[in-house]
Amino acid sequence: MRHLLSTEDLSPADLADLLDLTANFAEIQTRDIKKVPALRGKTVVMAFFEDSTRTRTSFDLAARRLSADVVTFSAGSSSVKKGESLRDTVETISAMGVDAIVVRHASSGVPRRLTEWTDAAVINAGDGWHQHPTQALLDCYTIQQRFGSLEGRRIAICGDVNHSRVARSDIDAFTKLGAEVVLVGPRTLLPPSLEGWPVKVEADLDSVLGDLDVVYLLRIQQERLGSALLPSLREYRARYGLTRQRLDRLRPDALVMHPGPMNRGVEIDPEAADDERAVVLDQVAAGVPVRMAVLYRVIGTGQFDLDDDTPGREVAA
Amino acid sequence: MTVTILTGGRPVDQTRSAPSTDSTGPLDAAVDIAVDDTSGLVVAVGPNLAAAHPDARRLDATGCLVAPALVDLGAHLGQPGFEGAETIETASRAAALGGYGAVVALADTDPCTDSAAVVAELRALAKAALCEILPAGALTHGRDGAALAPIGELADLGVRLFTDAPRSCQDASVVRRALEYAAGVADATGAPLVVAQRCRAADLAGRAVMHEGAWSARLGLPGQPALAEELIVTRELALARLTGGRVHLQQLSTAGSVALVRAAKVEGLRVTADVAPAHLVLTDADCAGYDPNLKLDPPLRTAADVAALRAGVADGTIDAVATGHRPCTRDAKELPFDEAPAGSIGLETTLAVLLTAAADGAGDLPLGSLLAALSWQPAAIAGVADRHGGPIEPGRAAHLVVIDPAVSWRYDAARSASRSANSCFDGHRLTGRVRHTVVAGEPVVIEGEAQR
Repeated sequence: MRHLLSTEDLSPADLADLLDLTANFAEIQTRDIKKVPALRGKTVVMAFFEDSTRTRTSFDLAARRLSADVVTFSAGSSSVKKGESLRDTVETISAMGVDAIVVRHASSGVPRRLTEWTDAAVINAGDGWHQHPTQALLDCYTIQQRFGSLEGRRIAICGDVNHSRVARSDIDAFTKLGAEVVLVGPRTLLPPSLEGWPVKVEADLDSVLGDLDVVYLLRIQQERLGSALLPSLREYRARYGLTRQRLDRLRPDALVMHPGPMNRGVEIDPEAADDERAVVLDQVAAGVPVRMAVLYRVIGTGQFDLDDDTPGREVAA
Repeated sequence: MTVTILTGGRPVDQTRSAPSTDSTGPLDAAVDIAVDDTSGLVVAVGPNLAAAHPDARRLDATGCLVAPALVDLGAHLGQPGFEGAETIETASRAAALGGYGAVVALADTDPCTDSAAVVAELRALAKAALCEILPAGALTHGRDGAALAPIGELADLGVRLFTDAPRSCQDASVVRRALEYAAGVADATGAPLVVAQRCRAADLAGRAVMHEGAWSARLGLPGQPALAEELIVTRELALARLTGGRVHLQQLSTAGSVALVRAAKVEGLRVTADVAPAHLVLTDADCAGYDPNLKLDPPLRTAADVAALRAGVADGTIDAVATGHRPCTRDAKELPFDEAPAGSIGLETTLAVLLTAAADGAGDLPLGSLLAALSWQPAAIAGVADRHGGPIEPGRAAHLVVIDPAVSWRYDAARSASRSANSCFDGHRLTGRVRHTVVAGEPVVIEGEAQR
């Protein structure tokens, strides 16, 4: 794997491989010493042109636990705001000799463009409304942990699908692993065209709630009100929010998921967020081993033996 | 007086039909064409002209088509105001290399062409140009869509076409008044003025950066629906009906627009239309790599739109292919797709792109229709049919393009004569190329090389 730009570039076998590898790294996270030397001598740059504390921290920990050197580059403290072009910025970073660039940007397609300007591996940590592939992987891992597999599972993704990179990545990954995906939300928040999307669409959350394995809630942003996409957050909660009443109708073994940060009282009521079926913290926890797996596949040399439980040992080539 | 003879080419113009694109045998009807750079006229058309002009320079046109030089209804030439991206001289060199004899300079300069002073500046700058530069006037003062520009004053200076492009005037009342006012003014030759309009409803287009459809959904980019264009096309046609005015619709991009214009012509409205070359060849799927050079305005649409636009060119619903040549600096086009400015250069490649499409396509772009849409039809709309667009006859102005229809080449935008390299066709393999361009009897391009 040269880069990780989109779940669209991953085959079902690639997804399965990354999830297997994630399980190995997750096991390492249970050890007393959580650090392995798999990426010793490698340099990873965190290029976060859009702020994101959670994703950046997760990638940062993942890289450090693989013994990579980590440099953080955030737009606020960089020359980006002084008018330097994206290309110049990336070429400058590359010239310092880095192995991987983890990039987050508010504009769709930036990670893809970066690959044209650098020899380093590019890992997409979220671009615009487009893709967030490591989020999809950690979501798949979380579901797989609970159900053993995604095959045949019925998953509703609820809310602002059109503006969601998480939804685009999740839909692709979930369906590649055999799950059935139904999108639930007002037409104004669904993509203008769903041509070619392997999904069903349902306007009424209550009609599907009873036979879901997973209800995946997307964050609703206040700014959607200004562009006539929603009448009010109150109305959104009434029609699409996971309220206490709806929670009662959810199957006992179903999962409640959310990419965070949650708007309690809008798309998810506090009772639902704190319900034992909510696995939001499991999702966050899966983030580190998932990103270790991705970094390892993208810039690892393949010589490190994960089954060797002696920390600090590498296997000779 | 220097006479140049184009030898052994096959003339094609509105009086001579074009050969079919799949003819591979030797071209019949090959003749010599003699032009004179002092008078700027064609002096003779016939066999073996060298005997009559023993001292003439000869340029080989064997195996080539010789057509009236092309006329572009709309290019952004960068001057005054945007010299970092383009100058009239560099754009005109690209134009000559692309076979153009005349280019309409759109009015979105800085300052914009809403005063006699800017027209005068353009005419002065055009002295360095390799082809004729035809200033378009702004339709409204400052192109702000509110108050009319001094249409009569500019018309007295020879301005024929008025447009706020690439802006689309949103106020129907302003467009109505412009049509009514322009109808009472004639240009310097006594011909009626043309109100030209880009068609984009700002409210429906919103912050869109591409066509709204399957690809915008997949790429996670805001899209504008075809309706954003068709709504304004509908409005312009209704205003033409109301006022009896002369409307030209610029850079149409949707199947619905073609259908609307076709019906309007049947009805007898005084409407003409043009399309950009990219919209006859590329689709929204070409945006998949997020290359801002594929970000155009209007945006690339679907394959069904491409097919409808081709049919519109073939049946004359679309009168002209206009380059929409829009130079952008490298820095600007290295912004992310959603932030980068829209537009592509095109003066150098439009003819070759269309010849390639004609050769590759299923016969849906006949060569005759293409040349009509590139030369004599836009010449008539621009009000320069007295001197541009042929026919190729003794006594007519000698603006000619010699086209080698068979040569295959790869376009490298970085080597363009334009100051900018933002082409949506960069790296494309093309079939057919300009061999020579003659403007006013002077060979400004010889063997694909600009002469100044």
